[in-house]
Parts: sequence; C-alpha cells; structure tokens
Amino acid sequence: MEIDGIRKLNQKLSKTEKKLRQKQIKARNTLLRHEGIECVSSPTKSLVIANGGLGNGVSRCQLLAVVEECGPVEALLMPPNKPYSFVKYKLIEDCKQAYDILNGKEIVLEDSSQGIVLYFNFVEKVPWEVTTPTTLPPGLRVIEDLVSPEEERQLLESIDWTEDEVIPSAQKALKHRRVKHFGYEFRYDNNNVDKDRPLPGGLPDLCNVLLTKCLKLGYIKQKPDQLTVNQYDPGQGIPPHIDTHSAFEDEIISLSLGAEIVMDFKHPDGQAVAVMLPQRSLLVMSGESRYLWTHGITPRKFDVVPASEGRKVGTVSANTGDLTLNKRGKRTSFTFRKVRRSACNCAYPSVCDSQHKDTAPSIPINDNEASKLEEKYVHEVYEEIAGHFSNTRHSPWPRVVEFLRGLPCGAVVADVGCGNGKYLGAGKDLYMLGCDRSKKLADICGQKGFQAVVCDALSVPIRSDSCDACISIAVIHHFATVERRLATLYELVRLLRPGGRALIYVWAMEQEYNKQKSKYLKEKRAHRGRMEETNSEAYDSGCHSVCPSDGTNQALHPKLSVHTNRTSFDSQDLLVPWHLKDSTKEKGEPSKSHQPLLDSANLCEPSPVFHRYYHVFCEGELELVCKSLKCIKVEESYYDQGNWCVVLEKQ
Amino acid sequence: MKLLTHNMLTSHVRGVRPGGGFPLRIKATEVKVNNVDFNQEFTARMVPKVEWGALVEAAESLGHRGDLPSEPIPDYESNEDFLRKVHHVLMEVEVVEGMLKCPDTGREFPITKGIPNMLLSEEET
Repeated sequence: MEIDGIRKLNQKLSKTEKKLRQKQIKARNTLLRHEGIECVSSPTKSLVIANGGLGNGVSRCQLLAVVEECGPVEALLMPPNKPYSFVKYKLIEDCKQAYDILNGKEIVLEDSSQGIVLYFNFVEKVPWEVTTPTTLPPGLRVIEDLVSPEEERQLLESIDWTEDEVIPSAQKALKHRRVKHFGYEFRYDNNNVDKDRPLPGGLPDLCNVLLTKCLKLGYIKQKPDQLTVNQYDPGQGIPPHIDTHSAFEDEIISLSLGAEIVMDFKHPDGQAVAVMLPQRSLLVMSGESRYLWTHGITPRKFDVVPASEGRKVGTVSANTGDLTLNKRGKRTSFTFRKVRRSACNCAYPSVCDSQHKDTAPSIPINDNEASKLEEKYVHEVYEEIAGHFSNTRHSPWPRVVEFLRGLPCGAVVADVGCGNGKYLGAGKDLYMLGCDRSKKLADICGQKGFQAVVCDALSVPIRSDSCDACISIAVIHHFATVERRLATLYELVRLLRPGGRALIYVWAMEQEYNKQKSKYLKEKRAHRGRMEETNSEAYDSGCHSVCPSDGTNQALHPKLSVHTNRTSFDSQDLLVPWHLKDSTKEKGEPSKSHQPLLDSANLCEPSPVFHRYYHVFCEGELELVCKSLKCIKVEESYYDQGNWCVVLEKQ
Repeated sequence: MKLLTHNMLTSHVRGVRPGGGFPLRIKATEVKVNNVDFNQEFTARMVPKVEWGALVEAAESLGHRGDLPSEPIPDYESNEDFLRKVHHVLMEVEVVEGMLKCPDTGREFPITKGIPNMLLSEEET
C-alpha cells in the first residue's frame, strides 16, 4: 500500500521506521475489519488514533494534550470502551503534521505507568452525530446531595468493619467486596432473607434519621427494615442482578458514600443505560427499574464519564465528544430494602420468582402427567435446541464404541434415542438404525448419510426379535415415572433376538464416585474462564431458586427443582437448564461505520434458557429396573463418567 | 431409507393385528440408487435376518427387483453373484421421498429426505 511521502525524501527508511509503517498499516486493517472504520491515504482534517481510547485506559485530558501539540483541535471523540479515538483539526496542515509527528508516539498511562504506542491514520468521515441522550430506566431516580459531607462522614464511621463478629454471618468479605447486613441477613445461598430471624439491634440510629427524611420527602412510601452495606475498592464490582422479588418490596434505595460510581442498568431486550451515581446521592429504584432491569457495577478501576463539569448526574450518554475516564475511589453503599411479607405480584412474571413458582412443573404422579411433562420439558426442548445440541455432541463415549466394535460383522443394531447419530457410524461392519423422538435430530442423522427413523422409545416401529444389539444412551433418564422407564426397557428388549445384547446408559445422581469427580463436574473449571465472574447474588436469567422447597405443599405435590449446571444433583427429578447459543448468528460482525460507538460494552445478549427434565439414577437403581424384566440377564453393570451403565442379554 | 431398514420396520399403531403391521407398503415419489461397497460376509449374514418375501415385494414395488429370486438360493454364502444382487437391493436402493402405509390400518407415515416419520399421536399409541 502506498503511504504518502510526507517525510524526508533523501533518507532511506530505517528499520524502526519500517516497523512503524507496518504497525500503522496493521492498525488501519484492524480498524476496518473489526470496526468498519475506513482509513484513507490522502490527508484530511481528521485522524483515527489507534490505541488512544478510553477502552485501553487513555483519558481525554491526556490524549488532548498530545494532539494539541500539532495545532488547534476542533473535536476529540472518545467512544466508550473502544481502543481508539477520533481527532478533528481546524486545519488540514495541522492534521498532516500530527500524522507525521505523532505516529508511533508512546504515552505512559497515568494509572499503571504502562506504555502505549499511538498510531494515526486519516479518515474521511467521523461518526460525529450526537445521539439523543438516553433516558433513565422507568422508575429510577437519582437524588443529589441527600446527605451533607458531615453526615457522610458519620455514616461511614458508624460501620465498624473490624469489630468482633458477634453474628459471624452478618459480615462477610465476598470475593469482590465487603458486605455487612443489618435488620435481616441477606443470604447469598438462596438470594433471600430469613424473614423469621431478624438480626438483633435493627438498623443503626443514624440511618433511622435518614430514612425519616426520605419518607418525608416522598422518595419512599414505606420505611425499610433491612440494610446492606457494601464496600467496593477501585476495581471491584457486583455482577448484574435483580434483587429477588419475593424477598423485598418495590422501592429499593441506595446511598453512595465515599466516591461516585457508574452503575450499569440493563433491560432484558438488551437496552443498556449507564447511570452516574455521584458521591452522597441517593439512588431510588422502583417499578420497572426495580423489577425488570438488572443493575450491576463493572469491576474496573476507571469509569467512562462525561468530561464537562455540571452534568454529573444521570445517564452517561453516548456523546463521544464529551467522555473521559474517571478514576474510581473507595465507595461504600448503604442499600435499604423493605422485607416482603407476601408473594410478589408484580407485572413482570418472566423475572419474578414468586410467580415462577406456580408455573414450575410438579413431579408427575401418573402416566398422563408424565407424558405431558416429557412433551414440554423433553420433546419440545430437543426440537428447539437440536442444532446447538448436535454441535456439542461430537465425541462418542469410548466404552459405548467399545461395545459396538465388539459386535460381530453383520450385526443389526438399533440405537434408540440416537440424537445426532454420533454412534451410527461407529462400527463399519454393523447395520445400524437410529431412532429419535426429535425430527430435527433424526434429520441431522439423515444428512450424515445414516439410517434413522422418527419414533418414540415407548413405541418403536421395529420388528420384535430382529436386532442383534440395541443401545440406549442417555435416553431413559428423560422418562418421568418408574413405570415409563420400565416400559422403555421392555420395548428395547422386545427388539432383541434371544441372545441379543443391549447397552444402557443413564445419568447418575452420583457425580462423584470412588472419589473421582465426573467429567460433567470437572468441565466447570474450563467454563469459568470465559464466563463473567458471578457470585451467588447474580440472578441468572431467572433459573435459580425458581422453586425453593417450601413447607407444606412439598409432601403432597413436590415441585421439580432447577439444577445449577456443573454442580452435584440435589434431587433425582429435576430440570436441567440448557443455555441456547444461536449458531446462526455471526460472531464479530463488523459494526456499521455510522453507529459503532453505542453500547459496545453490552454486546452479549443473554442466551435463551430451556429446561430439560431428567430423572437421575442412584447406584443400583438401573440394575433393579432391568432385573424386573423377566426375560433378561444383567451381564455387566458399571459406572462411567457420571453415568450408570448396564449390559443385558435377552434370554 | 434403505430397503434393509424397511425390512426391519413395522407398523405399531394401536389396534393393529398381531403381525398385521408388516410389511409396510411403500409409496415412493423419489428413489435413488447409491453405490455402496460390497461386503460379501456382511451381505451373507444379512440373508437369514431379513424377511425375504417382504424384501422381494419391496424391491418389486420400486422396480428394482432385477432377477432377485423369490427364495434365497442354497449355499448362498459362497455365491458372489447372488450376494451382489442382495447387496444392491438391501443397501443401494433408497427411498428419498414417499410414504409407508400400514397394511392393516391404512395409516400412512411420511418419508422425507430419506427419514420415515413414524411418530404416533397420543390416541394412536
């Protein structure tokens, strides 16, 4: 690529200069590929500055000082969370000079004393347009200067973080912040409070004065009886969450002391609003902002804030001409909530744990209920997730393959519940026929050139006594009563010729056996790296504690509990969440050049969650069910990677 | 759907008379013939496993019987010529689109892209 010759012509390019040019071109390509920003070779009035962005720790003040060396600057645009900025000079000559002199300039970050090299390229167009300022989430207010600096000091001093722990559980150093509870303890294991066990001492007296003021000024209608004090050091945060509906009433207020901070609010549809909470201000969350929007604090040492004075409250808009970095200080928040005494009946059932409880299915007590449960929580789910499911099912389990390869040439094998057909090609000299309840999965088998039929494991359209072997891998645990599980085994055995063998795998209740954690549990670690750090306060798309075991109802009609992925099972009948990733969406789509600057912090949409019903088997249970069939002999029974497995032979 | 698969399938509708669901009648709208590697031992082992009459009938209905005899010939294990004919019918002829019809109840099951859908409604099981 031709780089214009604004340089001393009589000199050959030195090695360092060559390197600089290469890096500059690389930056230019990266901007085009990832951000859709097109650079040009001929001089213009504007430059894009690679590496000089809020996203990599460069503040407005620092960058402005650099670019102003070359002449008067008309505008400096710093998109939030991006590693680049745009500068527009009044004169094209100044811009040319900046390009020449500043390319490759190293600056030292104010915070970390880390060096960063800036690369400049000309651009024709700069996304100048100022977007309409975002509005606060409905029901949200920020009241400035609720307390005086003196009151702030008193409040901060009233919290003794070092005192002997009278009630050990009421004070905790969570992974990312310190926290202390008054009135009632907030329990992070079930995201709720123990309403019958108030903490002795109630709320601190100073707070009572403050709350009376809030009531008087009409910020709240009811006096809160629970206080959580959180202390955040710079760099600490709290994952996005909604305060449990069933635990607290509508209004939640939070006082920011010690320092200001930017809090991120997010609507389920993806809309995100960053809200500046100044020091000594009161945040009031009610209605939609309390019930439907998540709020959280991104763990980072700097916030992106408006640079101009006098606009400290409210949303941090996308006005890129006016953003800079603000170093965080130690912030202590006093969050007051009113403990809820009755079920929540808000207008947002999709995120309401009170209202979820009624719709969570019960453990079926008869065939009809079981069939309905399987329809909704097995069949429909597999149909929905078939594509993603298939993409995650490529490695066959070695012992299943071993079983198939041990069969003689010409053996006819039915794989009942074949899924995406990962075993249908396992043995070359076998004739394998796959069956699956999911049409989409059977079609996937067909696309791979395998023989497959759509049918139900309770009624398989294959001649009796026609198969030399059958496999049923991870299927029978989807049937919701012991009778139905037995019936599928009966059907499987019906297909076998006398002397034919079946291999059955079901998921085990015991995910740790002989002191070995199963692969399922172990994969937790691998996942951790790419998941955003969560703690137990995070409200995970409404699937945690959807149905905590509650008193009297329990014995009569127990609800199915929702399993937390990659943990041990706490009951045998449960719903296991499947977080659907839409593989049809292209990753890293370049954003259009005219609107790349909005909201880039929140690109990851919450994935839809489906729940699959499972009955996980206890040790000996599968064998016991098998033995209730008269015509078979259990040849072998073993545990394999979190599954109970049986090989049986038809007599 | 290969004809070997067809040979294993039977109608399972509720109320079908014992043995009355087999063989399923094929109504094909698209049939293809694939080349599949011939494996003599494999094919020989299939002969006693298939319902011969149903195989002949199915092949006939698709116009692919060729000169497949109505009974397996004696000493077929060593007769490569015979086994190649069996191989062709069992493994190479495939129904891509069409219907399978229960001979007893008349219930029809669609075949799309080679996959028979034999899922029954709740009332049929």
